[in-house]
Amino acid sequence: MAEHKKEIDQVTGVETTGHEWDGLKELNHPLPKWWLYMFYGSIVWAVIYWILMPSWPLVNGYTKGLLDYSQRAVVTEEFNAAAAERAETGKMLLEASLDEIQNTPELLEYAMAQGKVAFGDNCAACHGVGATGFEGYPNLQDDSWIWGGDLETLATTIAYGVRADNDETRYAEMPAFGRDELLEKEQIVQVANYVGSLAGIPTQDGVDLEAGKVVYEENCAACHMDNGKGDMEMGAPNLTAPNYLYDRSIKGIEAQINTPRHGVMPAWIDRLGETTVKSLAVYVHSRGGGQ
Amino acid sequence: MSSQVDPIDKEEDESWFASAAKIYPMEVKGRFRKIKWAILFITLGIYYFTPFIRWDRGPLLPDQAVLIDFERKRGYFFFLEIWPQEVYYLAGLLIIASVALFLMNAIAGRLWCGYLCPQTVWTDLFFRVESMIEGDRRKRIALDKQPWNAEKILKKGTKHFLWLMIAWWTGGAWVLYFADAPTLVYDLATGQAALSAYVWIGILTFTTYSLAGHMREQVCVYMCPWPRIQAALTDEHALNVTYRFDRGEPRAHLKESKKLSADGLPAGDCIDCNQCVYACPTGVDIRKGAQLDCIQCGLCIDACDTVMTKVGRPTGLIAYDTDMNIERREKGETPVYRLIRPRTVIYTVIIALIAGVMLYAQLNRSMTSFSVVHDRNPLYVQQSDGSFRNGYSLRLLNKHNNEQSFTLSVEDMPAGTTLEVVGVHKDAANVAKDTQLNLTVEADTTRSVRALVFSPAGVDLPGSKPMSFKLIDHQTGETTVVHDFFRTPGN
Repeated sequence: MAEHKKEIDQVTGVETTGHEWDGLKELNHPLPKWWLYMFYGSIVWAVIYWILMPSWPLVNGYTKGLLDYSQRAVVTEEFNAAAAERAETGKMLLEASLDEIQNTPELLEYAMAQGKVAFGDNCAACHGVGATGFEGYPNLQDDSWIWGGDLETLATTIAYGVRADNDETRYAEMPAFGRDELLEKEQIVQVANYVGSLAGIPTQDGVDLEAGKVVYEENCAACHMDNGKGDMEMGAPNLTAPNYLYDRSIKGIEAQINTPRHGVMPAWIDRLGETTVKSLAVYVHSRGGGQ
Repeated sequence: MSSQVDPIDKEEDESWFASAAKIYPMEVKGRFRKIKWAILFITLGIYYFTPFIRWDRGPLLPDQAVLIDFERKRGYFFFLEIWPQEVYYLAGLLIIASVALFLMNAIAGRLWCGYLCPQTVWTDLFFRVESMIEGDRRKRIALDKQPWNAEKILKKGTKHFLWLMIAWWTGGAWVLYFADAPTLVYDLATGQAALSAYVWIGILTFTTYSLAGHMREQVCVYMCPWPRIQAALTDEHALNVTYRFDRGEPRAHLKESKKLSADGLPAGDCIDCNQCVYACPTGVDIRKGAQLDCIQCGLCIDACDTVMTKVGRPTGLIAYDTDMNIERREKGETPVYRLIRPRTVIYTVIIALIAGVMLYAQLNRSMTSFSVVHDRNPLYVQQSDGSFRNGYSLRLLNKHNNEQSFTLSVEDMPAGTTLEVVGVHKDAANVAKDTQLNLTVEADTTRSVRALVFSPAGVDLPGSKPMSFKLIDHQTGETTVVHDFFRTPGN
């Protein structure tokens, strides 16, 4: 503390601190004690904190602190606690059939909430946030389905995927009629135009649709059915629907007959578990296209 | 002005930091002391016992008159039940409270600080406990000065124990507002209550004990913003605890004053006995005029009136008055007291208006509520038959104490439109029309459902067709219509 003589400022009657700037002297208005002690207390607190908690950065890592506190551990703990909290409703969800879930308001609300989050995390990347899909990724909002749109079928598709790395996965593969030379180039044009006529797509001039029909009945009808409505048992798409998975034009149909593309959907059961798969099925069904 | 400074040579310890001088308020008797006791008993009585008042709301709801139920997200206040959506009632109450503070300030200064503020009420109670154990001002000063011995330890120990008990009860009463009080008292006593209850009791015990027992007037002087704010709200007509210096000055002790009078010199009524200073809980000298530290509790008025009665002079040397009136008296004019003036009228009108609006809102409170949000993504979906579908999120609130059933219908859509609600089937109990459905909402809950509206195939619709959802409450017949749109790509 600076050595100075105690002096009282005559104008105010207040003691000065002895500090002087250009003839102006600082009056001594001391801090309140409680404030000062809180300040000292904070310093002590900081030192205790350094010892107990992770605090100082080092070159490789940081001081860990005696309490061994870690935010990551806290998150893991909270995650487990949340899982435990959900366990009860989760168990009800697990035991209920999909129809029961849809008909019980509390379960439905829970499944919808869980489904919405799970959909955003896992499905939206391909099917879109609004579940409207993209080219090659099916639209889940409309009412045309490849493998079926009822609750049980949706749950199965989500659980085991399509052409996925799972023994129970859904599997269908359309032959590559062009690449493997199963059909002549001209036949492909004919059958593509015939399929276009079924779907209401304007056909090309001068193409023999009758010949196309013959090719269709011989090669395509086994899966896509005589009327072109497809067969969900086999995963054969409805060719008359207004929404196609790929390019909905004669050229697009030709391309698909020539060298079919086959998308893959992962099997989610191992990753998400049965409860979440059920919630997802209910959620996707509730988008409006469910059957 | 002379700026000669006399250096004073003193080899005292230099301290850069001053301890707050401890204040030993003297006990006084009188009108304002009585008022303060009455207010203390009423306010603390309300605080400590309100959680135990019962109010029957039917079998499903809690029967505690005042309860903030965080778990079920409801606030209860006697006949009122507040949902989180209705938090504007709280905003209204807070506005009324702040304008009431302004009004108090315009009428008689720091009425809040002096009589009603929890800091004042609890500090007053703690002072009372202190003087009961340790005696009045002089005895307390002597006790603090005397060395530690058995008597001092016993007295101080008893005082702090009682303070802690009061503080603990204060914290205990606080948590009772957030759960069923009798159950919680039992759970607390048997150690079964939630940890948060104990933590909150601990926090409030600590704050009450330190604020009312130790920090006292420091809270008002250093921590509270209100003294600063109200300085901007006052005017010359606002009554304040005022030393009438026109009557009191020049002050002189009793003997001196008699001598002055005998010599024909002016002598004021103030005998400089300092009782007003000793009585003050914040340690100010009211004779210096209005000041920030003064909470205007009126205890100096009681102290002064007691002395004035004893010496046979008229009371009211310190009284609720204004500086303006002192000036007027000095000029020989009559004092003016104007209770009704623009600011008091405006404050009263504001309070009445807000209270009126809240009362109206409460009396016309809708017991059901219905909201509709159209899907944003996608806006519409085309079906395989070429028709369109729109999705909506509906939210139905039932504030009734029993299950309510409703008929939901879609209006202003072309014939052939159908309505579906996920999870609600059209069965025998349901209505025959395609655009109509019956659904129920359980007592005191919110139900969120997803509604799907299908336009008929082959009907051209504009890109955005105005339509509406209609909800009819079966019991009350109350009809709510919410307008929305049906979206298509347009033609």
